[in-house]
Amino acid sequence: MLDATEGYTTADGRKIGGVVMEMKNITLRFGGVVAIKDISFDIREGEIRAIIGPNGAGKSSMLNVISGFYIPQEGEVWFRGEKRPPVKPYEVARQGIARTFQNIALFEGMTVLDNVMTGRLTQMKAPIWAQAFWKGQAEREEVENREIAEKVIDFLEIQHIRKTPVSRLPYGLKKRVELARALAAEPKLLLLDEPMAGMNVEEKEDMSRFILDVNDEFGTTIALIEHDMGVVMDLSDRVVVMDYGKKIGDGTPDEVRNNQEVIDAYLGVAHD
Amino acid sequence: MFYREAGDFKLSYQSDSQTFPIRIDRAGYYLALIVAFAVVPFIINDYWANAILLPFLIYAIAAIGLNILTGYCGQVSLGTGGFMAVGAYACYKLMTSFPEVSMFIHVILAGGITAAVGVLFGLPSLRIKGFYLAVATLAAQFFLVWLFNRVPWFYNYSASGQINAPERDTFGILITGPNATAWATYLFCLIFLVGCAVVARNLTRGKLGRSWMAIRDMDIAAEIIGVNPLTAKLSAFAVSSFFVGISGALFFSVYLGAVEVGEAFGIQKSFLVLFMVIIGGLGSIFGSFAGAAFLVLLPVVLKLVGVDLMGWPTDIVAHFQLVIVGLLIIVFLVLEPHGIAQLWRVTKQKLRLWPFPH
Repeated sequence: MLDATEGYTTADGRKIGGVVMEMKNITLRFGGVVAIKDISFDIREGEIRAIIGPNGAGKSSMLNVISGFYIPQEGEVWFRGEKRPPVKPYEVARQGIARTFQNIALFEGMTVLDNVMTGRLTQMKAPIWAQAFWKGQAEREEVENREIAEKVIDFLEIQHIRKTPVSRLPYGLKKRVELARALAAEPKLLLLDEPMAGMNVEEKEDMSRFILDVNDEFGTTIALIEHDMGVVMDLSDRVVVMDYGKKIGDGTPDEVRNNQEVIDAYLGVAHD
Repeated sequence: MFYREAGDFKLSYQSDSQTFPIRIDRAGYYLALIVAFAVVPFIINDYWANAILLPFLIYAIAAIGLNILTGYCGQVSLGTGGFMAVGAYACYKLMTSFPEVSMFIHVILAGGITAAVGVLFGLPSLRIKGFYLAVATLAAQFFLVWLFNRVPWFYNYSASGQINAPERDTFGILITGPNATAWATYLFCLIFLVGCAVVARNLTRGKLGRSWMAIRDMDIAAEIIGVNPLTAKLSAFAVSSFFVGISGALFFSVYLGAVEVGEAFGIQKSFLVLFMVIIGGLGSIFGSFAGAAFLVLLPVVLKLVGVDLMGWPTDIVAHFQLVIVGLLIIVFLVLEPHGIAQLWRVTKQKLRLWPFPH
């Protein structure tokens, strides 16, 4: 249906480009347990791609494969037209993939600003002696990257807590700061692991708005895992459905919603 | 009322990220520098230099070093004494091999050598964390002391096994040996302390400091944001050991003059510096100063009050000191894990609003 180089146009008229990331026949095993079984799918430039499935389906494992935490036993990961060798997570970050975590993984001892600035670490190259005396390249880099960080802070409306230590923030704001940290890296691909877990309706609405705005303003490609079906169906352009480590559906929200296998996985089916 | 930031606007990111963002803090900092550099050298005498000022300056450097490793990067180390010994012996070998070279260069080179040794002993940190790393650094402590005791090359085959600082100068001013004047040794150490503190502050507020703190707070997230744990941890060990090495070199050459390694750089030294960092405040440069000042002043004050004022026997006062330090460690760990630095921060916060707290 879809060509590797040509994109498509979404229902709301956004142009989606070529393939950014392609997973080819990924299989991931932990000892005897098969977490992911022979899954292939792609993520295209500018789209919001959701991965859904019941608990234990292997969604988070999939995200961990993309971000380099797990090395799959079989299959290939292609990123921006190149096959990716087994790499460490920090190398994945340098290639332009940023992510957030299901249970917040912020640096609790640092301020919001410092947390967001860590997103810029891969871009800062000043040698140690320049940093030691806060001169030349070090100072210049600090200001340049601060400007980008401030833009993100502004965008996510967290200016008022800029200098607050993260440990003092409420849950909803922490989630937003974590998104800010990932965004500050100006990623080519942004992975969100349950960005709305544990939020109330208002916070979910805010977060959905931010995700759409990020996609819209920066054209960031987003892959997300989410349990709230309403949110997933509203936000995403295409959806991958997983169950017991297998892919059981892939397509637009409407296609997925009418897929018999998906309905069975979610509602349960009588085994006889 | 007087201590406030209202009206002190920041118009650039440079001025917002400076060390002392509040005007009155900045004034206090410059005042302290002027007093330390231009007033104290004229009124200093041997007692003040040897009992209070030199140990304070030297321990503060060591505390800054350990604070970078433990407070900023989260890697617990019990090897400070051993690394100070590396600095001391490196300085000794340099002083005796190249007598014409300025002491300045010797001390900095000694720091560099210690940094290399620190990186070597920091390698296990890539695999192990927390208590287990502490035990690994403890092994470094014992190994280094053993090494300097057993290999005669390090103490130039002297009969006593001690090392003695020969007379050396910098810019024609005598720094080491029994004939060095109090003001010269004081200024020499002060320059190193101020230099170390400025460098430490600059590193910790910039890129390197953020990657250290990221590793400390959550290493998995740090890696996902692009921090290479290898370079972050090893650079923390290198910078930390550099400072600790400088303090060890000064401790031997300028302060003690003669050193027997097990006595001067034993495990007690590691604990003493660790206590300074804990009481002063983990993850704070100011805390390193506060902790060093506290633990250097405590025995002096206790002796003054106990022996001279109350007339108690000296040994009882010495034991009291141990009890008080132990008690304080517990109190601080339970009530204020961020130490004196945090108390200071809270006080400033209150002062900022005083006298109208709402």
